[in-house]
Amino acid sequence: MIKLLSSSKWKQLILFTVAVLLIPQILPSDYYFLILNIIALNAIVVLGLNLLIGFAGQISLGHAAFYGLGAYISGILTASYGWPIFLSIPVAVLTTAIVGLLVGIPTLKLEGHYLVMATLGFNIIVSIILVQWDAMTGGPSGLAGIPYLKAFSISIDSDRKFYYLVWAVLGVLFCLSLNLIDSRVGRALRAIGEDPISASALGIPVERYKVGIFVVSALYAAVAGSLYAHYVTFISPKTFDFFYSIEVVTMVVVGGIGSLWSGLAGAAILTMLPEILEIVKEYNVLVYGAVLMAVLVFFPEGLLPGIKKLWQKRQGQVHE
Amino acid sequence: MLRIKSIHTYYKKIRALSNVSLSVRENEVVALIGANGAGKSTLLNAISGLIPVSRGDIFFKNKKLNGLKPEEIVNLGISQVPEGRQIFQPMTVKENLELGAYVRFKKREKKEIAEDFDRIYQLFPILREREDQVSGTLSGGEQQMLAIGRALMARPRLLLLDEPSMGLAPKVVTTILKTIENLRRNGLTILLVEQNARAALKVADRGYVIETGRIMLEGDSEDLLVDNDVRRSYLGKDYEKFYE
Ligand SMILES: Nc1ncnc2c1ncn2[C@@H]1O[C@H](COP(=O)(O)OP(=O)(O)OP(=O)(O)O)[C@@H](O)[C@H]1O
Ligand SMILES: [Mg+2]
Repeated sequence: MIKLLSSSKWKQLILFTVAVLLIPQILPSDYYFLILNIIALNAIVVLGLNLLIGFAGQISLGHAAFYGLGAYISGILTASYGWPIFLSIPVAVLTTAIVGLLVGIPTLKLEGHYLVMATLGFNIIVSIILVQWDAMTGGPSGLAGIPYLKAFSISIDSDRKFYYLVWAVLGVLFCLSLNLIDSRVGRALRAIGEDPISASALGIPVERYKVGIFVVSALYAAVAGSLYAHYVTFISPKTFDFFYSIEVVTMVVVGGIGSLWSGLAGAAILTMLPEILEIVKEYNVLVYGAVLMAVLVFFPEGLLPGIKKLWQKRQGQVHE
Repeated sequence: MLRIKSIHTYYKKIRALSNVSLSVRENEVVALIGANGAGKSTLLNAISGLIPVSRGDIFFKNKKLNGLKPEEIVNLGISQVPEGRQIFQPMTVKENLELGAYVRFKKREKKEIAEDFDRIYQLFPILREREDQVSGTLSGGEQQMLAIGRALMARPRLLLLDEPSMGLAPKVVTTILKTIENLRRNGLTILLVEQNARAALKVADRGYVIETGRIMLEGDSEDLLVDNDVRRSYLGKDYEKFYE
């Protein structure tokens, strides 16, 4: 499987691994680990969403719900029913994937705005259930007492320990996704994103692919969600409302649609931005909005591809 | 090989084809000619399963196509080269051709597919030179060649060509027509849709004339080429275009 990666991809991945291993050595305080961990969790959701939006061309505003289902199912199974985590996470992820399948089959027949509305509706329904089903979910005040993850009797109970785990998971999913988009399946997905009618005229089963990639993206979100639950050990419905869905879609768009590295950049930048904007205090929402607008106006293809282009232009001028 | 028996199709409530019957025999080239909006593309899309047929039947080698999914129809051996080329512009020439062979990867025909790449590159040598180029940067003629090559990668028995000469210079049109003759010599059956009636009838054995969703006329190409109605409404136009 790894053989499939081209040499340039290998270089990028090695760089990525080295960076992930080096960063902890130079970080001044543990507070930064918290941010890096949130970046990784967001990046996992964005990764799946990018496959759906950037490659297959389908937009979802419901992925916070899958993130939430992953978190709540694993959380409830461990906190209320005493399941071991090595069982609860796979069950949470699988259950969420099945929900994704059930949601995907009818909604992906819809196009454009209708698909957006349908997934948004799904997100709102899940939010209502999380709030209303008190007995199970703990209602609006949330679910507490979720145990930490454990790996070989080491409890992953600090930001620093979780950092290695979550970035490793992101790395693995990232490699899998890179392989996916370079394969025959990936080409078929891009063809569908480009022009579904032409794709089906070539014999590509468009519906099945759309539903398939939707389920994969729901699965990624569920992985991130369940890791999140066992990281913060307390979850509440607010985290999983549709504002989060909008946030992750924004990360995909701002980073640059259709490139996995751009998605990673989008997740990193938009997760850090509010933290950086703490400096401007009461204006932070305003500045946040302005930054988003500026990106979309000046880099309509997304931040990473836009900067790359600028860079190449400069290189060109230097050579002249 | 292909038999269409009085089919009707609708877009919402508007009838686009009424009572259309048409047949294509093995190894024949059949031309379907008609003006803008006559329903030519609609007919091809109905054959490919891209739009539903509401009445009548379509048979391919005695198998009924009605209600089959597009991918099932491709699997039976019918490929369409859509109007306006419709290649996947951001992808490379090679990726487009690989997508054309999509239905065959399942069948583990790796070696045959490699041979087909060769065959298509022999047919259109320019595509080999441009193999790794993003296909959106190809010229119109090259894009049309790629669209044909992509359809051939599925190894069809019947090829549906939708206005392959559209927007191309006369010299390129000649190349495309030569290709069609060439493909037929190699055993392919072709249904060719054209507004360029003269060009189409030159390579076709038989032709059908379609007007506002109905077949108005059918016959051997030579007869259609000298038919007064056809000359007035379709061949005359070519002259007009010529003088413009
Ligand atoms: N998707 C659609 N929705 C509604 N009406 C359509 C659609 N596609 C085609 N039509 C209508 O059906 C009729 C036949 O269209 P069709 O595309 O088959 O014509 P055509 O003969 O291929 O024309 P052209 O030579 O311009 O390609 C036209 O009146 C057209 O407006
Ligand atoms: Mg047409």
